[in-house]
Amino acid sequence: MSSFNILLDPKTSPTFPIAARAALGDTQLRKNVRHATEVIQNKRARVVGEMPDWQQLRETGKQIRQHTMAHLDFYLEEFERNCTRAGGKVHWARDGEEAKRIATQLVKEHVSPDSPEVIKIKSMTTEEIHLNLALEAAGIRVYETDLAELIIQLGHDQPSHIVVPALHKNRQQIREIFQREMNLPALGEKPQDLADAARRFLREKFLRVDTAVSGANFLIAETGSVTIVESEGNGRMCLTLPDTLITIAGIDKVLPRFVDLEVMLQLLPRSATGERMNPYNSIWTGVRPGDGPRNFHVILMDNARTEVLADAEGRQTLNCIRCGACQNACPVYRQTGGHAYGSVYAGPIGAILTPQLQQLHHAQTLPYASSLCGACYEVCPVKINIPEVLIHLRNKVVKQKGPLNPEAIAMKTMGAIFRSERRFRAAQRLGRIAETPLVRKDGSGEGWIGWLPGLLGGWTQVRDLREMPKETFRDWWEKRSSHGR
Amino acid sequence: MAAEPNNSPARTEILRRIRAANGAPAEGTSASRQWNAIERDYRRSATLSHEQILDLLEDRLRDYDAQVVRAAEHEIAPAISRMLQGRGLSRILLPPGIDPAWLPQGFDFVVDPGTSAADLDPFQGVLTASTCAIALTGSIILQNVPGQGRRAASLIPDYHLCIVRVEDVVETVPEAFARLRNTETVPTTFFAGPSATADIEMTRIKGVHGPRFLDIILVG
Amino acid sequence: MLERLGHTVDFPAGQTCCGQMHWNTGYQAEALPLVPRFVAQFRHAEAVVVPSSSCVAMMRDHYPIMAKEIGDARLIAEVDQLLPRVYEFSEFLTRCLGLTDVGAYYPHRVTYHASCHGLRNLGLADGPLDLLRSVKGINLIEIENMDRCCGFGGTFAVKNADVSSAMLAEKTTAVLNTGAEVCTACDNSCLMGIQGALHRQRTGVRTVHLAEILAGSEEAPR
Repeated sequence: MSSFNILLDPKTSPTFPIAARAALGDTQLRKNVRHATEVIQNKRARVVGEMPDWQQLRETGKQIRQHTMAHLDFYLEEFERNCTRAGGKVHWARDGEEAKRIATQLVKEHVSPDSPEVIKIKSMTTEEIHLNLALEAAGIRVYETDLAELIIQLGHDQPSHIVVPALHKNRQQIREIFQREMNLPALGEKPQDLADAARRFLREKFLRVDTAVSGANFLIAETGSVTIVESEGNGRMCLTLPDTLITIAGIDKVLPRFVDLEVMLQLLPRSATGERMNPYNSIWTGVRPGDGPRNFHVILMDNARTEVLADAEGRQTLNCIRCGACQNACPVYRQTGGHAYGSVYAGPIGAILTPQLQQLHHAQTLPYASSLCGACYEVCPVKINIPEVLIHLRNKVVKQKGPLNPEAIAMKTMGAIFRSERRFRAAQRLGRIAETPLVRKDGSGEGWIGWLPGLLGGWTQVRDLREMPKETFRDWWEKRSSHGR
Repeated sequence: MAAEPNNSPARTEILRRIRAANGAPAEGTSASRQWNAIERDYRRSATLSHEQILDLLEDRLRDYDAQVVRAAEHEIAPAISRMLQGRGLSRILLPPGIDPAWLPQGFDFVVDPGTSAADLDPFQGVLTASTCAIALTGSIILQNVPGQGRRAASLIPDYHLCIVRVEDVVETVPEAFARLRNTETVPTTFFAGPSATADIEMTRIKGVHGPRFLDIILVG
Repeated sequence: MLERLGHTVDFPAGQTCCGQMHWNTGYQAEALPLVPRFVAQFRHAEAVVVPSSSCVAMMRDHYPIMAKEIGDARLIAEVDQLLPRVYEFSEFLTRCLGLTDVGAYYPHRVTYHASCHGLRNLGLADGPLDLLRSVKGINLIEIENMDRCCGFGGTFAVKNADVSSAMLAEKTTAVLNTGAEVCTACDNSCLMGIQGALHRQRTGVRTVHLAEILAGSEEAPR
């Protein structure tokens, strides 16, 4: 079985085709991924199908997100003002390093120096910057409390999905991890047994640890509120029991007004988990005496989001509300799972988000990790046209790679052929001559090519290619026309 | 609390980058005008009769394995008594502000002392009122107001008995948000059924960290 | 088939490629000159019928932006005028002519794969299936996950050959599970990949374009 214990970092990960090949060889992984994505897809289709106004909700969702991005500075300042007025403290971080520095510092200010530890809610933003590593390096013990994140953490693994980060593991694999890490040799393998083990393992930590770290699903500018949607109640535990709560949010997470939640809270759960509503949504504003943490910090992190914003085509990527529907719908993700994308953001959204959040030259193969089938765009609750952004990024990759490589030269040559009828006819004739040594007759006397050289060799891995016809449509048409119809 | 001015270099730089990306700083009046121009053609009002809405809510809640009973105002105490007896529970936490007329004899009801969360752990259950319920999604909304209390109170005990008034039941999510208008900054929790996870092979498991058992009394 | 329906068909000899391969692979600059070329070849046609859904999607989704990028006002206007007359083959029959029965005869077991761009970009929906259902003698068998990508994806098939092959393997299994003799679609590129794998596996199942099925008649059966 392949192991992905390495950090998911585009700077050091193998390219997508290489990593995908490894994933394709892991039959258990592929089985787990196929099963999980099929279950969520079917659930999603059912609960989306019962909404007669789904397309209207998507349109409004898209317009809210577009509007937010066009006024992002205004709404962030409004959020800061209102959150601060309610007793929260807002910090700004230009990049992941700065966010980690601020978070580590804040934790150190609040935790007891004898046993520095924090409980954590699943957060893709903190995964993006590998916050846990920074906290651990500062001597702070981190407990992930979402069941899937706990599986990942105890299994020394990496998340492979935005919403269901351990979907690549099955119950036997999870049991082995829990047996080993929780020291429960007699643990059963029923999902209920495993969830109960997690409940017992974490309950004591919820009641003891006095500092929590979270992400945010939405920040509300109008009120300074923060929203977290979740299923298990671990989020509520982290948000309400500790003395100190540190929320790290990308600057893209803001919504203009409270009432905008009525749209997002319809789009997100149905798209993400196929539920009509998440079991729990928490909305809180600053600090409330007698209810929840006494210290509340929000770190607003840029980490290249403003670079995405500056790209007219790419900026729609920021509209993403992290539902993962595109991952479940994607026929490529279905085959490879998430780790092959070399980033905590996998699947179609990862293929456009990672190259834009990281320097593109670290992720040149990701925009090509798609057949452009459009299934992602079809399910996106805020109508991000992922195929169009992929094509836009491919154009950037081509420019970055320059004209002096075999692919670019071949493309240029074909471009020249397509610009001239004479060259096009000549190319068809030449093609027939050039393929001759590769063509073999099959049992019925048809000519087929079973092996192609170089770049085209990928085609003939599992496919034959029919020889070019002796008479092209063009030849036939012209002969027919000259003989009269 | 007075807002401290935050003029960190990071803040200045991020706002500068956003304004450069957008071509100009955004401004409140035009933001407000353009926000108002966002198309909202989705459903924002009920299409069912109120009785149908109540039936839908009951269906949704039962879907989550919650027990649901209907009771008139004067039947609340006996309904609570039957629910708790059925579950075999006696030591029940109450948020401040629960109507004493609701409370049946023979149970150990204790008002939340507001001390540490660990003190709530020994309770077998919690009884709360609610702000609003959404039939279409089977959600119930709790806020930190009298009768509903701080968020930890409805979280730590393993059993939650929730009183929902029929006049607080709406059909759609937008209708619920209309009712939350003016109380937006009160700590608010939506819950839909008992806590759950599907992280293991997408099998829905009831009850991880929040209350694992939920019953509802629909009043009115 | 079009002539059988009474139409006059022309095939402008100067046509080459719509530019999809270049555009979708990121070679935008190579694709741009193909827009004015297409317009020059087809501007006089009453209707342009294209037997490839992804080519039509390429034109509809991108030619207007490409014309703008070229920045020629006349080209922009011509693209605007021409595009509404460009139809995918099945779409021409069902939506432009309002036909589902074209008098075809095809006595074979057939399954239909809904190519992604036809399904999602063009919204062909059940049009092609309606045409097939009206064919005399046909035994149409629905394929599982009809709308799932076959793995072709243009240069994706060579750049990500392993993933593409895995996707194709699922598609060919689904085709074989139907027991059909023939797999059809509105896009020859999908069919080229599916056919290549079905031939490699020596299955004997053939792929034919929808037009080939609709061209069959009782007088000249295929």
